[in-house]
Amino acid sequence: MSAGVLFDAPGPATVARHRTYSIVAGIALVAGVAFVLWRLYATGQLEYDKWEPFLTPRYIEAILVDGLMVTLQMAFSAVILAVVFGVLFGVGKLSDHAWVRWPCWLVVEFFRAVPVIMLMIFCFYTVFGDFDPLSRRTYWSVVLALTLYNGAVLAEVFRAGINAVPRGQAEAAYAIGMRKTQVMTIVLLPQAVKIMIPAIISQMVVALKDTSLGYAVAGLGLTRIAKPIYQQFANHVPTIIVITAIYVIVNLLLTAIAMWLQRRLVGEKKVLEVGMVGEQVPGRP
Amino acid sequence: MPARFGNPPERSGVSAVLDNLDLYFKAFGYTVFLFLVSAVLALVLGTVLAAMRVGPVSVLRTFGTAYVTLVRNTPLVMIFLFFQLGAPKIFDTLRFTWVDIHIGPYDFTSFFSAAVAALSLYTAAFICEAIRAGVNAVPLGQAEAARAIGLPFGGVMSQVVLPQAFRASVPPLASTLIALLKNTSIAGVFGVIEAVGRMKGFTNDYADERVGIFVAFALGYVVLVEIVSLLSTLLERRWKVA
Repeated sequence: MSAGVLFDAPGPATVARHRTYSIVAGIALVAGVAFVLWRLYATGQLEYDKWEPFLTPRYIEAILVDGLMVTLQMAFSAVILAVVFGVLFGVGKLSDHAWVRWPCWLVVEFFRAVPVIMLMIFCFYTVFGDFDPLSRRTYWSVVLALTLYNGAVLAEVFRAGINAVPRGQAEAAYAIGMRKTQVMTIVLLPQAVKIMIPAIISQMVVALKDTSLGYAVAGLGLTRIAKPIYQQFANHVPTIIVITAIYVIVNLLLTAIAMWLQRRLVGEKKVLEVGMVGEQVPGRP
Repeated sequence: MPARFGNPPERSGVSAVLDNLDLYFKAFGYTVFLFLVSAVLALVLGTVLAAMRVGPVSVLRTFGTAYVTLVRNTPLVMIFLFFQLGAPKIFDTLRFTWVDIHIGPYDFTSFFSAAVAALSLYTAAFICEAIRAGVNAVPLGQAEAARAIGLPFGGVMSQVVLPQAFRASVPPLASTLIALLKNTSIAGVFGVIEAVGRMKGFTNDYADERVGIFVAFALGYVVLVEIVSLLSTLLERRWKVA
C-alpha cells in the first residue's frame, strides 16, 4: 500500500510485522467462522430437511414470484412516484415565492423526520383502511409510505442537483430572454437529472430495503414469503439466511448499475450528497 | 407529571394521547433509551470497523469491507427477525434471558436487548462509513507535511490527522444517528413498546382519532430528530476551523 493519510509506505520490518498481524487475525476469523458453523451444525440447522424448500421448484417459484417480484414492484412503484413527488417539492423549495417555498420545505422536512414504519401504519389503518383485499391494502400502504419518505429525500437530491448546475447556465438562459419556467424545464432540469440519476438509483436500494417494513402491517413480498416457509418447516435460520441473501444480491446489482451509470453520465465524480434533516443548508429559506 | 383528564365529554382529535400522556412519554422514553444504548454500542463497533478498514492489516480490511457491504444491503427487519427467531436457536446467550434490568418504570429485558443488538450491529456499518469518509476527507498533504517536520506516528495521528478527520465526520455521523433514531421504531413491531408500538396500540383502541394520534407521535419524532440535528450543528460550529 502506498503512502496514505494515515501511515507512510511501510519498510521491510513493518511489512513483516503486518504479515504476522494478518496471520493472527486470519486465524481468529477462521476460528470465529468455524465456531458459528459448528453451532449451526450442532443445533441441526445444516440438515438437509431444513434447506429442502429452497431446492424445491415450487418454493423457489413462490419466493421469486410472490416474494421478489412483489418486492421489486413495490420498490419500483414507490421510486417512480417518489421522483414525481421529489421534482414537485424540490423545485417548489427553490421557488421565488415564499408561499410556495415554505410549505414545500415543511412537507419535505416532516416526511424526512418521521419513521417510514409509522407512515406505513398510518396509511394502512387510515388512508387505505377500506381497501380490499388485504394484499392490495398492504401494497398501497407500503408504496405510499415509501413514496412520501423517498420523495422527501429525493426533493433534497433534486434541489441539490439543480443547484449543482453551473450558475452560468441559468444566467446565459436568462440573457437570451428565456422565462423562469423555460430556464427550469429546458436548461436546468435536464442537466440536473443527469447528475441525479445515480442518486435516484441509490435511493432505490433504500426503498427496496424499506419495503420489508411492510412487516409492520400485514407484510408483503420477500419478508412476508419467509413466514409460511419457516412456519411449515421450522427452519427459521436457513429461511432468514436465504431471504437476506436475495435482498443483498438484488441490492448489490442495483448498486453496480448506479455506479456504472455514474461513470457513464457524470464521470468519476462522487454521488450527490444530501444533508441531513434540519440541517442549515445554504440557500434554504 | 402525567395529566389524566378522566373522561372528557368532548373528544378532541388527540384525546387518546392527552388522556394517556404517561403512556405517551413512557413510549418515547423507550425510544430514547433504545437510541442511546444502540448509539453508544454502534459508535464503538463502528470505530473498530473503521479502524480495520483503514488499517494496514489486509485480512482485517477485507473483513471490514465484507461486513459493511453485507450489512448495508440487508434490510433491518431481517436483522430483527434473525435476533428474534434465528439467533436464539443457535446461541443460548442470544436469547438474552440474562438481561433483566429495571430502572424506575422501565424494564429492559430480552426484547429490548435483541432490539439493541440488531440496531447497533446494523448502524455500526454506517458509522464505519461515516468515520472512513472523515478520514478520507483529510488532504494527503496534511499528513505528509506532518511527517516532513518530523512528527512521529502518534503525533501525526493525534495532532494532525484525527482532529481533522473527526470534524469532517460529524455531519455524516449525525445523519447516521438520525437514521438510527428513526430505525428504533422497528423495535415497536418486535416486542418493545416504544413510540411506534404504543402508537399502534392507540390506533387500535381509538379508531376515530387515528389522524390525531399519528400527528402526536410524528411530532414526538420531529422534536427528537431536531434535537439531534441541533446538537450536531452546534458541535460542527464549535469545532469549525476559521
